[in-house]
Amino acid sequence: MRVAVFLACLAPLAVLLADLFGGRLGPEPIRAAELRTGIWALTLLVVTLAITPLRRLTGWNVLGGYRRMLGLFAFTYVCLHFLTWFGVDQFFALAYIGKDIVKRPYITVGFASFLLMIPLAITSRTSMVRRLGKRWATLHSLVYLAALGGVVHFTWEVKADLKQPTTYALIIVGLLLLRFLPRRAARAAPAPYRSRLTTAA
Amino acid sequence: MLIRRAPDIKSSEITPEALYFDRREFIRAASAAAVGLAAPAVARAAAARLPDDDKPNSYDDITHYNNFYEFGTGKEDPARNAGTLRPRPWTVEVSGLVAKPGRYALDDLLRGQTIEERIYRHRCVEAWSMVIPWNGFPLRNLITRFQPASRARFVEFTTLLDRNQMPGQKSDVLPWPYVEGLRMDEAMHPLTLVVTGLYGRPLPNQNGAPLRIHVPWKYGFKSCKSLVRIRFVEEQPANTWNVVAPNEYGFYANVNPDVDHPRWSQARERRIGEFFRRPTLMFNGYGDQVASLYAGMDLRRNF
Repeated sequence: MRVAVFLACLAPLAVLLADLFGGRLGPEPIRAAELRTGIWALTLLVVTLAITPLRRLTGWNVLGGYRRMLGLFAFTYVCLHFLTWFGVDQFFALAYIGKDIVKRPYITVGFASFLLMIPLAITSRTSMVRRLGKRWATLHSLVYLAALGGVVHFTWEVKADLKQPTTYALIIVGLLLLRFLPRRAARAAPAPYRSRLTTAA
Repeated sequence: MLIRRAPDIKSSEITPEALYFDRREFIRAASAAAVGLAAPAVARAAAARLPDDDKPNSYDDITHYNNFYEFGTGKEDPARNAGTLRPRPWTVEVSGLVAKPGRYALDDLLRGQTIEERIYRHRCVEAWSMVIPWNGFPLRNLITRFQPASRARFVEFTTLLDRNQMPGQKSDVLPWPYVEGLRMDEAMHPLTLVVTGLYGRPLPNQNGAPLRIHVPWKYGFKSCKSLVRIRFVEEQPANTWNVVAPNEYGFYANVNPDVDHPRWSQARERRIGEFFRRPTLMFNGYGDQVASLYAGMDLRRNF
């Protein structure tokens, strides 16, 4: 099962590469690659965020064991998205890149969300979870901020058709509410990430 | 159909403008080199200034990378969805301040016009560009036929409104129908083209069949597609993108590397098919022909 999820997470990248070398990314392959990696980063973030509410609703604690892998794959696609923009689209033109990060709110927000995810990826190891204890959960609640940043980044980039970014925004806000509204009910239930640790270890 | 190349837009003439605009920097770099200080700078300057060849994009690229929201908001949606458009029979309504208003059949509009090939640079407001070998004739040849009144200071263009032929109009991403406008002197400028074909073939549906405008020194959204109405008016007409986001899209929409879109830079563009972004030219490189239209105007305010 873990292998299946792992491969499923790699599939979009495989399809992207196949399309790239097969010339199926259209007349503007760079933009197409940026769009796809961005969409998959957001999608995997949403899936990651859905794990805990889903686990609580269904009681399938086994789901918790996939959260870290999904989160790291989300980060992987964020990195690919960033590198496509940084290294391919802008071709390391630091002067323009710096200016864009400072001047263009959608790039500022996207870049900030990317930076925000770096410490989360670094502290995703089991040993770090143990070491940080309670603070780990606090730190990792930042993932909601990163996800919302990603949606804002998407919304501000779009010209007029807001269907897709709005969908992501609604899902993320919904998941956020699910996390915070039934706090009391959740507290009565078994501890949140002890079980995750045992399945993930 | 007579295909004639317009004498004023041969690519050999387009080309040196990039060099021309960068002459000061080139001279500076060259003189620095002369005193033996900056040989690498010169090498870089020379490399960056290789003549832009402005080679036309392929038929496939031009017909599969379109912003034509009437057929969907994705770039490849128009190629997929424009099959429902019926470009014939077609009529265009001419109205407003003209001596000869009426509903003109397409063949009637084209009668007597000499179709020529014009290779134009096309710069989208989204910072990508193409080079397109259009077939068409100057809009002025059409306008003079209708004999507009001297009070007519603007021309308004309207795209077809028909949800069945244009399925994208079922969604309300934009207020339909799409409208655009030009000042009379812009519309009468010899570069402003009525497009009827592409690469010597009839204009494909996804590119605005059967009749569209192309104003090469303006961002692409100024060039109204699948025209059904041309109206001559006294007041500046509304234009769709300006109605949707007035702080982002102006009425003039002249290509200008110094005036950024509020959300992204307009200093550079990606020519479809090229890897590196290239600098965007003022008025899309047609400055020597059109800059005088805007003499004395604040282009930062009238963006």
